[in-house]
Amino acid sequence: MLDWNWQFTWEILPRLIVATGNTLLAAGLGYGIAVVIGLVFALAQRTPFSVVTIVVREAVEFIRSTPLVLQIFFVFYVGPQFGIRLSPWTAGMIAIGLHYAAYLSEVYRGGIESVPKGQWEAATSLNLSTARTYFRVVIPQALPPSLAGMGNYLVGIFKDTPMLSVIGVAELMHTANAIGSETYRFLEPYTLVGVIFLLISLPTAAGIRLFEGWVRRKLGMVS
Amino acid sequence: MSYLEFLGQYGDRILSGTLVTIVLTVLAAVLAVAIAVAAGLMRLSRNALIRGVATVYIEIFRGTSLLVQLYWIFFVLPLFGITLEKFTAGFVAVGMNLGAYGAELVRGAILSVPKGQWEAALALNMSPAKRMYRVILPQAVLIMLPPWGNLLIELLKGTALVSLIAVADLMFQVKQINGTTFLSAQSFGTALIIYYVLARFLLTPFMRWLERFMQRKLGRA
Amino acid sequence: MNAQDLSAFPMALQGDNVPMVSFKNVTKSYGSLVVLDALDLDVAEGEMVTIIGPSGSGKTTVLRMLMTLETINEGVIYVDGEPLTHMPNGNGLVPANRSHLRKMRSKIGMCFQHFNLFPHMTALENCMEGPVHVLGLSKKEARERSEELLALVGMAEKRDQHPSRLSGGQQQRVAIARAMAMRPKVMLFDEVTSALDPEVIGEVTNVIRKLVAEHNLTMLMVTHQMGFAKDISDRVCFFYGGRIEEQGTPDELFGNPRRERTQQFLSAVKEAV
Repeated sequence: MLDWNWQFTWEILPRLIVATGNTLLAAGLGYGIAVVIGLVFALAQRTPFSVVTIVVREAVEFIRSTPLVLQIFFVFYVGPQFGIRLSPWTAGMIAIGLHYAAYLSEVYRGGIESVPKGQWEAATSLNLSTARTYFRVVIPQALPPSLAGMGNYLVGIFKDTPMLSVIGVAELMHTANAIGSETYRFLEPYTLVGVIFLLISLPTAAGIRLFEGWVRRKLGMVS
Repeated sequence: MSYLEFLGQYGDRILSGTLVTIVLTVLAAVLAVAIAVAAGLMRLSRNALIRGVATVYIEIFRGTSLLVQLYWIFFVLPLFGITLEKFTAGFVAVGMNLGAYGAELVRGAILSVPKGQWEAALALNMSPAKRMYRVILPQAVLIMLPPWGNLLIELLKGTALVSLIAVADLMFQVKQINGTTFLSAQSFGTALIIYYVLARFLLTPFMRWLERFMQRKLGRA
Repeated sequence: MNAQDLSAFPMALQGDNVPMVSFKNVTKSYGSLVVLDALDLDVAEGEMVTIIGPSGSGKTTVLRMLMTLETINEGVIYVDGEPLTHMPNGNGLVPANRSHLRKMRSKIGMCFQHFNLFPHMTALENCMEGPVHVLGLSKKEARERSEELLALVGMAEKRDQHPSRLSGGQQQRVAIARAMAMRPKVMLFDEVTSALDPEVIGEVTNVIRKLVAEHNLTMLMVTHQMGFAKDISDRVCFFYGGRIEEQGTPDELFGNPRRERTQQFLSAVKEAV
């Protein structure tokens, strides 16, 4: 390939690998927040209080319809205007966590709605409490059909972490930008970033499909 | 400064940014649809080479980030002698990225047309191309339109990234305004609302209309 | 739902021979469609009552309302002398709240047409779920009780299987054990053989026969198995248009139906067989 400098490649690779750690950390933390808050969003939309349902529904719609990069800027810069200073990491995790919580809540909702009505009725006939019905009967059954969507968004959040570079989170993209502006070489850093993303996201996607099958077997739901 | 004063002073720039965002969205959408149909059909080809090319394209663009692709197209492609002006690089990156996702929608929709339809077309002795264009694609379009609605919202959101290569879209304008005024809630908040309105009250109703239009046209309504 | 005048209904049924289940003037409708029309029905303790009738006659609704799976529009249902759908408040009845419903539901068990076993739990776990987490039994007690009941329905050997590994008849037998594990006073069987292949219907009806013989349970059953209903019931109710068109002992109703609609229904069923 034209002009590809291998020596330069080996020089910058360690820095990029360290930054990959940050990227993975950001994706993992953000996903952890999203998994939990997403469940809250989903369950809140099933409460009998319709005001809560409507407010959460609209909030989820709003988050899903607006760009993540703008949300990152918003969370990072609006705080200081009102005297709250958030570190890039904190702001980034809030923004990306909430963004994917909105997506995951839709996945959970679909999963919960896929649980047959008879399961709810059986739980009622056994007099199970609402909490027990959700956590022991409904959610375990909502999980397998949700796994594909959850997996997609795990890969999705990983691929969206480069946006955190805009507020200075030192992940892969930020590091590649830094290398580019120090050395005026863009070919190697940007290409390497692309390759690293491919090397992680493709096997992860395949691994998620295997995991999905394993969970189905584990829960005895193979038919 | 009250919010009304803020709008009075910066409304023009926000409006011009919004227009750029809309134009970018339309251009990227046209490109994404064209790529999606081409790559989606190629994925179904009997020729392994054609199938392979489409698969590699789709996996690369779905396996990496839009931002990485945008930077690569804007900063690296010139080293190969292909220099795109930033506006072009912007909508090309967004269109190519979402086109890869769209290709999977096209492929999935074509495969979900009932087998009986393929067999009926075959029984009428239609050529493979006729079969696809006259029988299968029209039905596949109906199946894939709802997920395309979501994809186009992703595309609209994706255009915000072109601000990072200094295309003067809505995102770019409010970032500039924020940089000079430090009125972050007003500038970024306004942009959030505009994106929301574009997605929820322009794009979504348009896709609904398109769905109904196609249903009528195909006699399904 | 309009607030109805509940003052005519007693706060509890008292005296001798209080029925185990009592529908008093119960009406249920979906919009303009009336499913139950001012229904009065008493079931005595230990009685086995079978409900038959054409589809849409409201027979399944009777069971679903008893299980509190459907809300009530008018009237009051009493179970074991106490109001089920309502609760005493001061000197009158008001619609039941959640805790009243939970208290009353503990008297009732139900088996469904499609079994509704929890697919991610084994047969034994299905049976233990309620006793442990609703009744508060220890794991050991619940296990003993569940294993006993699984043995009763002939499913002891399959206790560690998930429902997906069991045939329809086996699943239904587990479902019966699961409902029985809650020690209900009233058992409801909602078309429990309708989803089964003909050759396994017998294994489920035999279990129900056994329950009738060995336990002093009050039972309501909706079924299309006329022969089974004839054998096992103390009383058969023929439902038509949300009302009891005719009722009597199996001999009376099957042997000598008085109403024209009953005759038509029974001869149509006979022809289908």
